[in-house]
Amino acid sequence: MSDRGNKGPCGPQKHVNRRGFLTTISTSAAAAVVVGAATPVAAEAAPRDATEPTPIVLYVNGRKYRLAVEPRETLISVLRERLGLTGSKPGCERGECGACTVLLDGSTRYSCMTLAVEAQDHIITTIEGLANGEELSDVQQAFIHEDGYQCGFCTPGQVMAAEGLLRKNPKPSIDEVRLGMSGNLCRCGAYGHIFKAVQQAASTRQSGGAK
Amino acid sequence: MREPNIYGSDTLDAELAPQFAPATSDLPPWGKTTVVGAAVPRIDGHDRVGGTAIYTRDIALPGMLHCAIVHSPHAHAMVKRIDTTAAKAMPGVHAIITCDSPEAKIPWILTNQGAFSQLLDPHCRYEGEEVAAIAAETPLQAADAARMIVVEYDVLPMVVNYEVATKPDAPKLHAVGNQPSPARTSQRGDVEAAFAKADAVVERTFHTSCEMHVPLEVHGSVAQWDSGKLEVWDSTQGVYAVRDSLALALKLPLSSVRVSSHFMGGGFGGKLELGKYTVFAAVLARMTGRAVKCVLTREDTLRSVGNRPANTISIKAAARKDGTLLALDATLLGASGAYPTGATSSYMLLDLYTCANVRAVESSVLINAGQARAFRAPGYPQAAWALEQVMDELAGKLGMDPVEFRLKNIPVVSQLRSGQPYTSTGLADCLRDGAEKFGWAAARKRPANKGHVKRGIGIAAGMWGSPGGPTATVILKLYADGSANVNSGAADIGTGTKTIFAQVVAEELGVPVERVSVENADTGTTQYAPSSGGSQTVLVTTPAVRSAAADVKTPLLALAAEELKIDVDKLTIRDGNIEIAGDTKKVPFSALRSLAQRQQLVGVGRRAPHPVGKVGLPFAAHFAEVEVNTRTGEVRVVRYVAAQDSGRVMNALTFENQVLGGVTMGIGFGLTEQRVLDRQTGKLASGSWHDYKIPTAMDFPVDFQCVPIDLQDKECNSVGAKGLGEPATIPAAAAIANAVCNAIGARIYDAPITPASIVNALASKGGK
Repeated sequence: MSDRGNKGPCGPQKHVNRRGFLTTISTSAAAAVVVGAATPVAAEAAPRDATEPTPIVLYVNGRKYRLAVEPRETLISVLRERLGLTGSKPGCERGECGACTVLLDGSTRYSCMTLAVEAQDHIITTIEGLANGEELSDVQQAFIHEDGYQCGFCTPGQVMAAEGLLRKNPKPSIDEVRLGMSGNLCRCGAYGHIFKAVQQAASTRQSGGAK
Repeated sequence: MREPNIYGSDTLDAELAPQFAPATSDLPPWGKTTVVGAAVPRIDGHDRVGGTAIYTRDIALPGMLHCAIVHSPHAHAMVKRIDTTAAKAMPGVHAIITCDSPEAKIPWILTNQGAFSQLLDPHCRYEGEEVAAIAAETPLQAADAARMIVVEYDVLPMVVNYEVATKPDAPKLHAVGNQPSPARTSQRGDVEAAFAKADAVVERTFHTSCEMHVPLEVHGSVAQWDSGKLEVWDSTQGVYAVRDSLALALKLPLSSVRVSSHFMGGGFGGKLELGKYTVFAAVLARMTGRAVKCVLTREDTLRSVGNRPANTISIKAAARKDGTLLALDATLLGASGAYPTGATSSYMLLDLYTCANVRAVESSVLINAGQARAFRAPGYPQAAWALEQVMDELAGKLGMDPVEFRLKNIPVVSQLRSGQPYTSTGLADCLRDGAEKFGWAAARKRPANKGHVKRGIGIAAGMWGSPGGPTATVILKLYADGSANVNSGAADIGTGTKTIFAQVVAEELGVPVERVSVENADTGTTQYAPSSGGSQTVLVTTPAVRSAAADVKTPLLALAAEELKIDVDKLTIRDGNIEIAGDTKKVPFSALRSLAQRQQLVGVGRRAPHPVGKVGLPFAAHFAEVEVNTRTGEVRVVRYVAAQDSGRVMNALTFENQVLGGVTMGIGFGLTEQRVLDRQTGKLASGSWHDYKIPTAMDFPVDFQCVPIDLQDKECNSVGAKGLGEPATIPAAAAIANAVCNAIGARIYDAPITPASIVNALASKGGK
């Protein structure tokens, strides 16, 4: 794992107890060693099991949360089960559907494939963090306007994927939209309307609309 | 827990049974509408895009426990012994039920031949069949404890190939054998005689693979007891159907079971019935005195909660030189899975085209795999896959344009319903308008392109054979400020039902859509509506909404007449106002003191019965253009036109959305989706979305056009709408198959068309 302490000045770094983070990593690393260990002595060296809670700090939607989580707990699980942020949806819990997509430091990330302990030290944005109170973001409004959903279960992930795409590429071509949204499954098959929503949000943003 | 009464001719039987809807006189048809039909964004859009919509998966109750399920790892086995000692000692565990528990005996798969299984059946007939369920404090604790349950099995011989399962020496799943229902024959005319005088005959056999529903929200429930009454949140398409089955399973009065499903994350037919997970949650909640949540895993949804059954369909078809379809003789075999259910539908074979001589022999067979369920037009996409490819081949033999050949055989009556006329038939319009928008004639003349990427075009038609269930009740409340509330038990499964209800109220009373709220899908608080399946929600329930609005109008006008001291005949309701004949003065509802004193007016609306002696059914014609890479076998759908006759377009936005969604699902059925069961072990080899490929954003053609025919059907019901969700997917895969054939000059008979099947087809073509 890379050294995550060496980041820019903004964000949560100044609050983070980097040592605590490294402790977490080292216990996980120790556990990993155990799995591959050849001798029982190494197994006895395992300091604790994966269910023993580890203290972490998460920065979600501009708030700071101190939590004790099991090292095996995924970010989606912690967001939903502990923080009550149920907007991010678990669709497969194995990195296939994208319904759990959040932004990690502004980039799209499957929160089901991210351990909560990994998400420390990063700025996490969920669907609940896009709107300003009851006022929806431009991407959210575009999804309503273009009917870019059906059942709505994949929609928070689609909206986050669109947001992540537009932050990286403010003027995506239609093929770039398709590729950018291809990590998010919609079984209702509303892709045609999703493309329109992303393009509309892009043009709103270009013309200096919301956000 | 009735045997799902969903397939083909069974549906027809159900419809032809006497209707028990009250004989309310229906309202006259609308003329031109202003709010209905417009592109109105959804009234619950904010919740869906904001992450604030609460789905069953999101429900968290105080003290709620979580359930994990233990499954049979074998395709066919008998449980010898279950040891829960270690699991009980695990942290957080509150209760465990197994095959040995009294609750396990709840009868399951009820049919007219009795119950075929029980809630936890020691005789496991497919990999993934449930043998135990655990309630624990957290989802992880429940899963940890489930792994500690030790189950010993006697492994039995199994069969997962459905053609093998019909053989006398195949392993038997049930004492009655693998085909508990006899083959069913439907016929008219004289097929043999017709073949004797035919100018062209085509005979082919087709296979379609087993397709999985996999809605984004996995199946699941939360259950909680209070004073002997059970409250359930369920991800379901039909709260009333689940309530009825659950009450039966737990021997409770209907009034003691409340089921709600305000937001649900997709169903496609897979969430029309009571699931075992719901009963697990209810039983474990009763044992522990705590709320219990039981949600499946994604892998479970690929094994145990339904599928579109694999079919083998053989068709022999004949036509005359002038393009008259003379005869269709079909044999259909479907794989029910481990428990009986009809797995084929011959409806469309027998009724899509005028044909005097038809015969269809249908049978289903049991295999050691999850049971089939209704899936977006059960049996129809399979039938379309076969019929529409045969129609193409016949057209080719006759030297006719495939569109012209179909136009030559447009039905004017329903032959399956003893010649009943249709209230409207848009099949010819679908074919003509679709062909025009697609540029069919010009594309047919285009010379074949050079190079290894070949382009081709294809067409397929379809229909959906059910006009919907008979009854629904709606309550409409008009409040003192002139805003309104609609109360209906219908689930909005993503089709936009709630929004369409609000549009109907807006149309009738002039109350703006944004001032109409909708409460729905709750057996405790909302009125009966049929399950949202069979493309029936709009056409069964919106007439009741309209009727409720009319029921509010009468007392409202009476109040206004009294208050304004004007004869009631001079008053009309328009745009949220009382208007007075011969007077420009308008009185808003909110200005009526008498309405304010009463706080609200309540209207009750009921759905009138179907028209007598006629039937209203939807039709479709789809046009596809594909690119086939002859080196890699890859197929891309590059252009698509879907023409749909579903009567009145209720909402232009959601209408188009249903159609492009249906086509997307058809692309999956035709090109990528395939449940794979290992022949040696019977285990599922496609237990994830990496292995079971549904269409992604990359698979949907950007060049897509929806062509609503928007026929004025004045008879089918008081809103003039016919079904849409199902007919939008029926012809899609067949249109693509025909386009692939047009591109490469070889026909592929098995769905899905994989790169390997393209390469094989080209190789055998080259070899000839």
